[in-house]
Amino acid sequence: MLAWTVYISFIGVLVLMLLPAGRARLARIVALLAALIGLGIALAAIFQREPDAGIETITQRAWIPGLGINYFLAVDGISLTLAVLTGVAAVVGILFSWNVEHRVKEFFAFYLALIGGVYGVFLSFDLFLLFVFYELAIIPKYFLIAIWGSTNKEYGAMKLALYSFVGSAMVLIGIVAAYVVSGAKTMNLVELAQYSFPASFQHWAFPLVFVGFAILAGLWPFHTWAPTGHVAAPTAASMLLAGVVMKLGAYGALRVAMTLFPEGLAEWRYAIGLLAVIGIVYGATVALIQKDFKFVIGYSSVSHMGFVLLGLVTINTIGLSGAVLQMFSHGIIAGLLFGVVGRMVYDRTHTRDLPLLEGLGLGRALPFAAGTFAVAGFASMGLPGFSGFAAEFQVLLGAWQAFPTFAVLAGFGILVGIAYTLRVLQKAFFNEAVPSPEAQAHPLPPISVPERLGAVILLGATLIIGIYPNLLLDLIGPSFSSHLFDRLLREGRPF
Amino acid sequence: MSYLQLLGLVAPETIVVITALVVLGLDLLILREQPLRHRFWMGAAFAAFGCVLAAAWLLFINSPTHPAGEVSGALPLLRGMFVDDGLVRLVKVALLGLTVFTIAISMESSFTGHVGEYLALILLATVGMMFLVSAEDILMIFISLELTSLSLYILTAFNKRNVKSAEAALKYFLFGGMSAAFTLFGLSLVYGLSGSTGLREIAAKLEQPALDPLLVAAIVMTVIGFGFKVAAVPFHLWAPDAYQGAPTPSAAFIASGSKVASFFVFAKVMMLGFAHAGGSGSWHAYAPGWLPVLAVVAVASMLLGNLAAIAQSNVKRLLAYSAIAHGGYALLGILANGPSGVTSLVYYVVTYGLTVLGAFGVVGLVEERAGEARISDFAGLGRREPLLAFCMMIFMLSLAGIPPLAGFFGKFYVFTAAVGGAKDLGLLWLVIFAIAMSAVSLYYYLQVLKQIYVVPVSAESGSLGAPISSRIVLAVIAFGVVALGCAPDFLVGRLLAAIKLAAL
Repeated sequence: MLAWTVYISFIGVLVLMLLPAGRARLARIVALLAALIGLGIALAAIFQREPDAGIETITQRAWIPGLGINYFLAVDGISLTLAVLTGVAAVVGILFSWNVEHRVKEFFAFYLALIGGVYGVFLSFDLFLLFVFYELAIIPKYFLIAIWGSTNKEYGAMKLALYSFVGSAMVLIGIVAAYVVSGAKTMNLVELAQYSFPASFQHWAFPLVFVGFAILAGLWPFHTWAPTGHVAAPTAASMLLAGVVMKLGAYGALRVAMTLFPEGLAEWRYAIGLLAVIGIVYGATVALIQKDFKFVIGYSSVSHMGFVLLGLVTINTIGLSGAVLQMFSHGIIAGLLFGVVGRMVYDRTHTRDLPLLEGLGLGRALPFAAGTFAVAGFASMGLPGFSGFAAEFQVLLGAWQAFPTFAVLAGFGILVGIAYTLRVLQKAFFNEAVPSPEAQAHPLPPISVPERLGAVILLGATLIIGIYPNLLLDLIGPSFSSHLFDRLLREGRPF
Repeated sequence: MSYLQLLGLVAPETIVVITALVVLGLDLLILREQPLRHRFWMGAAFAAFGCVLAAAWLLFINSPTHPAGEVSGALPLLRGMFVDDGLVRLVKVALLGLTVFTIAISMESSFTGHVGEYLALILLATVGMMFLVSAEDILMIFISLELTSLSLYILTAFNKRNVKSAEAALKYFLFGGMSAAFTLFGLSLVYGLSGSTGLREIAAKLEQPALDPLLVAAIVMTVIGFGFKVAAVPFHLWAPDAYQGAPTPSAAFIASGSKVASFFVFAKVMMLGFAHAGGSGSWHAYAPGWLPVLAVVAVASMLLGNLAAIAQSNVKRLLAYSAIAHGGYALLGILANGPSGVTSLVYYVVTYGLTVLGAFGVVGLVEERAGEARISDFAGLGRREPLLAFCMMIFMLSLAGIPPLAGFFGKFYVFTAAVGGAKDLGLLWLVIFAIAMSAVSLYYYLQVLKQIYVVPVSAESGSLGAPISSRIVLAVIAFGVVALGCAPDFLVGRLLAAIKLAAL
């Protein structure tokens, strides 16, 4: 059933392509329907799932038998969590782009193609299939930004496409080499994960594949696509970029690089942990001094994704579950922040310049946007009661066990995070500036229903997970006891 | 073996030759007075029918169930001059398919009034290619190569109204003549060393541990000769001019069908004929032989092809440089030096041929309207011609190697074969280089797509007014590229089954 999340998205693409030109409303409804069905299926799967189900096969059939490649979709708690995230982000992204008027049909076609690819990555347990979906997602991203983006869009789009492609090229090298070295003529992830690759091979294959994926997760110093890409992208695309595409990278790093090459991980974990911590602190610090509202959120994404990567290399169950929870949490929160900045503020004021926004008195003009951003900001800071707290706290706990120094540094990153969030809150929304008479003469259009709906969904998600994180942790935690992670948990840690 | 049996073996080739002659006669005697479009349609329909007939013969009649070795053993008259096994048949069917598509995309052209001659030359070139893939004898290889090449030279020059076409053909001819001389010289050295013309016998005679300096010269000469044919760097200089100047369908044919046949025979000569002179191109394990020579050529092709393509402003030239780069990737299949190398090579060149054929088809339509095929002539094509633009997107992305299109699996398969082809991942350095270059290539393919989809339509440019038949053909090709990418097993499964039986 869960496989239909992928199919329904691509069916949506086809329907949209066949739609007659000029039917913008219909196109929106088709896209929303496809996304809603996807989300519905993912949610249904969560409720049906037994806690200790391990890896459940969805569908498995021979695809290219001569090379041992199967069309193998399966699901464990981690996939399921991220599939739900994708569903939520997809629905809300469409609600937030209800006002797109330029080439609507194509917009939603590319959008759904991206969504379909993302679902596919999360559900693939065949390495080749996973890679196919992973690369499939590159092209829609490019067009979404290049056609519907703003500031420097062609540059941002090309940069993102090339970064992604270089990353996936590195992954491809690792996959091809691993396939040949194992000699097992299989691309099945679970089977490959049982094979002990020679240590000398893992020594170089691990960093290659890990970094290849982590480029998309915004690993410092390969993160530079993220701020420019996020800023250039239209609202829905930046929500997806930060919300799910960056998770693709982290997910791939966990699912492929870490499970296949645990000994390599053991050698490199300090280096990667260090990069992750630098990313946390650096992203937060740079966000502190940005003038462009969206750049602040862009760099904050780099910082928060650092927590994911840090959680991954702790290689204890607390840290790993924390990392996956943080993927979910950041997906929701970043979506919300980008939604407020890109859709609610920028589409109305046509500026993202913080000094300019300061003079507009947005707190009074758009109280809903201000309120949403304030709550999202609290969630992003890691205030208890929101998902961000539950996730980052777990990561820090895990990191404290594995490498205390990094945990302290990451904690410092959280402090800076509080600072930049309060700063933009104050500058953009809660200042005492009185709107100029000119601005008062042209009141900003009120926040529309789809926007409110989208914001409420995301706020609800972050609150629910924040108050009762076990809803997801009970899914994520047991996943690490499946065969796939045997070697990772055994050999990944040198001590 | 009686001549009748022999004729049965070469029946597909015979069918195509007869078709060529009939098309020629038909056009000269009956269709002369008809309007051009009508003549093209009739001639093309007949030519395509002949190709389909030959392909049907290959697929359904007398398919060899026994290994190739026995077939050639059973043909004392031919002594391996002509081999007929499942693999060869598959390649021939692919060639015939590419020919049909080439004919289909030339149906609406207006660059020539000599319809019969044009179609007959395409068919004759196809016959040359068919013999080429069958040949396991250096004399036979050379003759087929020349039959193909001579037809292609004329096809390049076919647009008599365009000086560039003549210039392109002259360049192609001079370079091709040179390359033929190199090939012939190399092959004559091989004959002198081994006293035999059959590839398998040559390999048996040349089985000695130390490399004879003469053999080294022979290998280098042969590589140069075939390097010209497949437009590998540094023997690529003719390609950009020939692609740009030639009538678009001719350029498409040179890039597709002729590539498939040349690569297949190239692989055969290297893997069969020089089976014991391979040496090693592995990192830190270099040994003289043809493998290191080819490795250098492959690296140079990928590097120069991809980098030069970035700088092009004409899409035909861009495709020419991209063809050079793709030649480099395909060489990895030969470097894999084994059965999986051959299957991956065949898959790669066939799907590449199909893709590039489609790309040239779109370029041809744009060129007909705009007079040239500059990248900027594609601006706003996504709005002006949604279907053609979508096809072009599929072709470009397939060339860039984006899944789920055929180009992606082709690259993946070739890379896997090359990594597995040498001991201890010896060729991994080459594959890493290839993958890195492939990442570079996305940039220039996206440049074309950017014009098509991102750049707004200028006021004066409207629809291309492309005929409905061209649209259908291109849509079919695009569908083929998607289908072969989504279900590669359709071809790979057959190739693997065939190569198990073939004695390569």
